[in-house]
Amino acid sequence: MTVANPSYSNIKDTTPDKPKSPAGEVWDNLKRSRGGMIGIGLIIMHFVLVLIGPMITPVDPQLMDATVRREMPSAEHWMGTDNTGRDVFSRSLVGGRILITVSLIGTSMALAWGGFVGILLGFVGGRADDIIMRLVDAFLAIPWLLFLLLIVSVVGTEPWVQALTFGFFYGIPIIRVARAATHDYVTREFVQAARARGESKRTVVLRELLPNVMDVMLVEGAMRWSWMLLAFTSLSFLGFGVSPPAVDWGRMVAENRQIMALQPWATFGPIIMLSSLIIGINLFADALAKALGLDRSQGAPL
Amino acid sequence: MFGLILRRLMLAILTLIIVSIIVFLAVEALPGDMATAYLGRDATPESLANLQEEFGLNRPAVTRYFDWFGGVIQGDLGDSLVRRKPVTELIGNRLRNTVVLAVASSLIGIPLAIFLGVMTGLMRDRLPDIIISTISIFAMTLPEFVTGTILIFVFAIRLKWFPAITTVATDAKITELIPNIWLPIITLTLVMMAHILRLVRTSMIDVMVSDYINMARLKGVPAWRIVWRHALPNAMLPTINIVALTIAWLLGGVVIIEAVFNYPGIGTLMINGISDRDLALVQGIAIILATIYILVNLAADIATLLLNPRLRTAIAQG
Repeated sequence: MTVANPSYSNIKDTTPDKPKSPAGEVWDNLKRSRGGMIGIGLIIMHFVLVLIGPMITPVDPQLMDATVRREMPSAEHWMGTDNTGRDVFSRSLVGGRILITVSLIGTSMALAWGGFVGILLGFVGGRADDIIMRLVDAFLAIPWLLFLLLIVSVVGTEPWVQALTFGFFYGIPIIRVARAATHDYVTREFVQAARARGESKRTVVLRELLPNVMDVMLVEGAMRWSWMLLAFTSLSFLGFGVSPPAVDWGRMVAENRQIMALQPWATFGPIIMLSSLIIGINLFADALAKALGLDRSQGAPL
Repeated sequence: MFGLILRRLMLAILTLIIVSIIVFLAVEALPGDMATAYLGRDATPESLANLQEEFGLNRPAVTRYFDWFGGVIQGDLGDSLVRRKPVTELIGNRLRNTVVLAVASSLIGIPLAIFLGVMTGLMRDRLPDIIISTISIFAMTLPEFVTGTILIFVFAIRLKWFPAITTVATDAKITELIPNIWLPIITLTLVMMAHILRLVRTSMIDVMVSDYINMARLKGVPAWRIVWRHALPNAMLPTINIVALTIAWLLGGVVIIEAVFNYPGIGTLMINGISDRDLALVQGIAIILATIYILVNLAADIATLLLNPRLRTAIAQG
């Protein structure tokens, strides 16, 4: 072989020693995307801040120092102070803790129940499918903000209640996505083959459908997470979010907007933090979709 | 074809009925009823009971639902007991203001988004594409209140081109309204454009590499004709749905933009209504916004049916 085709010897053997796991392959693909790595970096940074934020703030975020109200950035106050003399930089560092925790719990819940119902409906179909999809469509016809405001006015704004609210609310559109993804795979050959082999329904769903629908759900989950963050901060911007003294970016923007002409950094601080998180998630979701081989270009903004 | 449209219409009506039930139940679940809101702090158990009797709040929820929904169909949204006025009167000018804002933004935003989408699709990965695509990703992903606040800082505080908040009366004439609301219009336009632009760009890229475009090129059809006659109509089809979705989504987003600019529209009214438990008002606004959403979607469905050549022939044959 080598003698007949000497050029072959120059080609490196690229066969991996052992077959890679699917997760490992996705990770390899992810590593190649610069945007994805930036996204993951930003997300990790925010997770670290959630965990150790309160330990590294240079000034106590709640401390109101009346001698330094509305001051521009200085060596002592890196982003200046707000209307009551609180340190903007320290508050920006810890302002995402409730937001991130609540939205992560909410997203996991939404994925779990929405995904379960959606896969079930997609697999079983029939009358229940028709009725529930009508209900889902009707829910989606109510402007999301109005609906969230209504629920929040009924159940209150305690963090764990918020997590349940968002988990319930965002599960509804996920039913649709999971159902569509299931429909998409139910007709594929490998599922047909499993059915023809006489596999039990349980096996078909758990071993054939779930791993494939899971890919779609992962990307969907990342996107839902960023939309949930948007909804959460928007609610707290409107005054329907976490109650003081808890620090929150959305409420910081709403409060510090009033003094934007005097001390713009009081508004920029929370905006920079919030934006870096949301853009990080979006970069990650895009890269993940590409790494999993899913096309997100046709995705709807709902 | 006609049957298909009729079917869509029936589904839309069914959806509206379900929405009305959900809205009624949700508002019903708000703590406190109209009587407590009406009496406020002066409520005594007796006066409360009297008032509940007078407003018919003691009747079963099913009766009240049919009363309310029957009124809605005839265009009567009931009376706001907190503001002591008919809900339609309260909503009237506010809804008009929101529509002015939304229509002005759509008239600027949608054509501009399609134009820029086609342009960036054709100039893929060159500098204008990279700049426009980056801006649109930011406008798409950041919350509306952040975009609005940044624009206020740049245009109102730094450049002083526009006022930071709108200071128009609720019943101002449209000609008085428009010059004062440039900044909310720009914000809404920017956010709305981003979604449409991205989609047009993607479908333009897809269409431009397709076989029939290559064929047209080989035949020597001029470039502008390829874009306008062959590529654009096909790239536009998915756009109809995204425009409908964007308008529907706007109904939520516009609330926040109104709050940012303190604009006297239906969104700020809705937030006030929820804060002071004005149940009739909240129900009224919810049902109006949901109706608009359903109508927009219905229009998009029908437009897609009428415009899609493949669906058209499939229906004719079937």
